[in-house]
Amino acid sequence: MWQELRTELYPKGLEIVTIALDTAGVEAAGPAIEAAKPEHPSLIDQAHTVDELFGIVNVPSGVWINEEGMIVRPAEPAWATEHAYDKLPIPADATKEQIDAITEGRKLLTEADRYIGALRDWVDRGSASHFALDPEEVVRRSAPRPMDVSLAAANFEMGQHLHRAGHSDDAVDYFREAHLLQPDNWTYKRQAWKLVDPGQRADEVYEGNFLKDLKEQGGENFYPALDM
Amino acid sequence: MILESPRVNKSEVERRTGWAIKPEGACKGALCVPLPGEAEEAEFVDASVLAARLGMALIHDKRHELWCLGPESGGRALTSAVAPTLILPDYQGRDFDLASLRGRKVLLVAWASW
Repeated sequence: MWQELRTELYPKGLEIVTIALDTAGVEAAGPAIEAAKPEHPSLIDQAHTVDELFGIVNVPSGVWINEEGMIVRPAEPAWATEHAYDKLPIPADATKEQIDAITEGRKLLTEADRYIGALRDWVDRGSASHFALDPEEVVRRSAPRPMDVSLAAANFEMGQHLHRAGHSDDAVDYFREAHLLQPDNWTYKRQAWKLVDPGQRADEVYEGNFLKDLKEQGGENFYPALDM
Repeated sequence: MILESPRVNKSEVERRTGWAIKPEGACKGALCVPLPGEAEEAEFVDASVLAARLGMALIHDKRHELWCLGPESGGRALTSAVAPTLILPDYQGRDFDLASLRGRKVLLVAWASW
């Protein structure tokens, strides 16, 4: 998905680094990476360390870093190509659940053209680009971190550690606690839901599931509008 | 960060959290938070001291005798615009250091298979 853009912008001084936030590691993320045949670094973050480091709460999220190692745009929705979610068809034989899912999905906001346009401007003009933010603004725009968010991160990390160590049942309470402490963190929810046994629904183990939580938040709020 | 003991190695703290334990205290960028005297001399520091001084969550799993220290709280996810140290394996298992790209602009993209 990002390789085409990398081919265009690498000669102009940009490198793209993709990071897969996947507790299941290369087993989960590897097939998609190999299919993309990336020439750019394609990293695996089994412990979701970048969630904590950059304040990432959903994917895809992008962070811009300049030549000196300074962040010039903190985490925000990052799309390489437009997704016509608003044109998703509803099959004639769709179930009520499918209709609900498509109806919410049609509201998802993706602003690839705007985002990539801004990225090209920054690559061309560097710090003269008005899309490159000053350090104070970068910090101000990064996610707030009250104690509940720190507690959520600790609980999510403990849950992941126990899951990877083979104690999946013990992990559930920690994932659930992380969801309660930071309900707007979709990476915590979506990751935990994915780790539920295939024979179970996410909401048999956790309070929510993707559709229920999406409807509560509203599809239009799933990806915040770019502040550019 | 997962801990197998409530005492944590200082270099590991820096690698995982970006907080360097120096004579003047726990430091990240220009900010230094003083620590109690005993924390300045040993190779290890009590996680509970860091938790209290830096506003980090600290949880304990008694069954598995594990602790987990969350990130500092009270501000924003980024305490400065300096990109944090990040070393992760690529999909072929080779470690990659983000700092190796200094001199180039970088777009980091977080995605997931789920």
